[in-house]
Amino acid sequence: MPIFWLVLFFVVPMAVVWLYSFGENAGPADIVISGTLENYKRATEWLYVSIFLKSLAVSALVTLICLIVGFPVAMAITFAPPNWRPWLLLGIMLPFWTNLLIRTYALMTLMGTNGYANKALGALWGGASWLKTLVGMQPLDAWTPAQLLYNNFAVVLGLVYVHLPFMVLPLYAALDRLDKSLIEASLDLGASQISTLNRIIMPLAGPGIAAGVMITLVPALGAYLTPDLMGGTDSQMIANVIERQFKRANDWPFGAALSFLLIYAMFIIVALQSLRRGQPKRGE
Amino acid sequence: MAIFRTRAVAPLEYTRKAWMQMWVGATLLFLYAPLIVLMIFSFNDSKRNVVWKGFTFKYYEKALGNDSLVEALTNSLTIAFFATLFSLVLGALAAVMLWRFRFPLKGVVEGSISLPIIVPEICLGVAYLIFFARIDWPTGMAWPLNLSAITIAHITFCFPFVAMVVRSRLASFNKEEEEAAKDLGATEWQTFRDILLPHMKPGLIAGALLAFTLSLDDFVITFFTSGPETITFPVKVYSMVRFSVTPEVNAASTVLIVLTVVLTAVALKMQGVKAIAEVH
Repeated sequence: MPIFWLVLFFVVPMAVVWLYSFGENAGPADIVISGTLENYKRATEWLYVSIFLKSLAVSALVTLICLIVGFPVAMAITFAPPNWRPWLLLGIMLPFWTNLLIRTYALMTLMGTNGYANKALGALWGGASWLKTLVGMQPLDAWTPAQLLYNNFAVVLGLVYVHLPFMVLPLYAALDRLDKSLIEASLDLGASQISTLNRIIMPLAGPGIAAGVMITLVPALGAYLTPDLMGGTDSQMIANVIERQFKRANDWPFGAALSFLLIYAMFIIVALQSLRRGQPKRGE
Repeated sequence: MAIFRTRAVAPLEYTRKAWMQMWVGATLLFLYAPLIVLMIFSFNDSKRNVVWKGFTFKYYEKALGNDSLVEALTNSLTIAFFATLFSLVLGALAAVMLWRFRFPLKGVVEGSISLPIIVPEICLGVAYLIFFARIDWPTGMAWPLNLSAITIAHITFCFPFVAMVVRSRLASFNKEEEEAAKDLGATEWQTFRDILLPHMKPGLIAGALLAFTLSLDDFVITFFTSGPETITFPVKVYSMVRFSVTPEVNAASTVLIVLTVVLTAVALKMQGVKAIAEVH
């Protein structure tokens, strides 16, 4: 029964999209599957390639920031006193369960021109200006609210905000399985915290880090909501372009081609990841 | 500070290091501050949502009086309920099947069950848009049935998650228990009901919870599958955010956040913090 369901409601719809990607618009509501490669040719135009590369760069940056922020958090949870640990974990998991749209909206209200993020920055600015007058210098110019929303910065911040729990949980799972006596041994033998981190913890937690990277990178690459709501005109990601083909531009075959290109990209990422996982085993 | 410290910080007690505490604190602040501000401002007696003007329940009344919003929430909860039910059954079946039996093309089936997890939401949404348009899925049916297209889409992306969670739970099953039950004369069905099912239960609960939140959370796929008659809560909130940011959205969001917290609390009560944490 699950196979039947999967074929009917997953494989078939995907196959239809795949066929559509070789089709062309024959009328306002008519699509002929003619086996044309025109859609894929159009997708290689610089406009689309650049958006694709940009999406890739943004999601890689987001993943990197999540990793840098999330790793110490996962470490802290792993080595927290046992009665704290579940609550810290819950603290990370609760936002993960909260509606994505609501979280994005919450971040937006905070970052608006009159939001608290701007007020805090304004206060800091005022403080700096006051300090300067204190040492006898000219005060800074009056604070003008920064445009925090509707630009690339907002998209990256929003994606980090949304995906951070995705990164922390697998990292924690990996670190938790780690044999703690190895770390103790390393420290006892005189290695510094940093070199223990580099030479013991990182290699052992490698699979967990890879899992966290995948779990963050894949949804970030296909993100639609955050760039749509928080981004400006120049911060579109590939998902937004796909959406536009279906809703506004009404060019379904081209949209189908783009979405299959995105799926292929995902497969390549997943394949690269499993290749990397396979390599050390062969070396041993 | 030194007075309070009863003993020195051991090398592995990272949590007692000040910079680590600050780091975790800052991360939690980053994660929670927007949500808390949003909840506080849902009680703010001001349209502009910027300066605190006084306490009011006005926007809750407004949100509850907004028929389309309430309808959207009912739709979302109905879809989530049915999606959870079906994906629980399908997911559990798939997990038991993959765990227990050997059959031709097992690897292919195993791989393709995890596909809906990897394929980006936007592509799935597009696929359903085309699929339901192509097969002329009837629209404009009576109330619960008009949600069927969205529910089908939700089941498809939820049940692989259930299968994954249940399967990892099954990995710890001791097959000798099952053999013992059969030796003692239990039938196939009795063994399933009294031995395997109780073992699967934590996985099933976690899977159900995951499916429910995933379905309630989903915007992108629903955005493509829903028609004008079938608005769900996230789609409604999206259009409200798009056109104007009103305190009503804050009130409605607060209701949903509270709902999430309550659900989590229920799960905790049933499972304990640790079990929930282990599933993820």
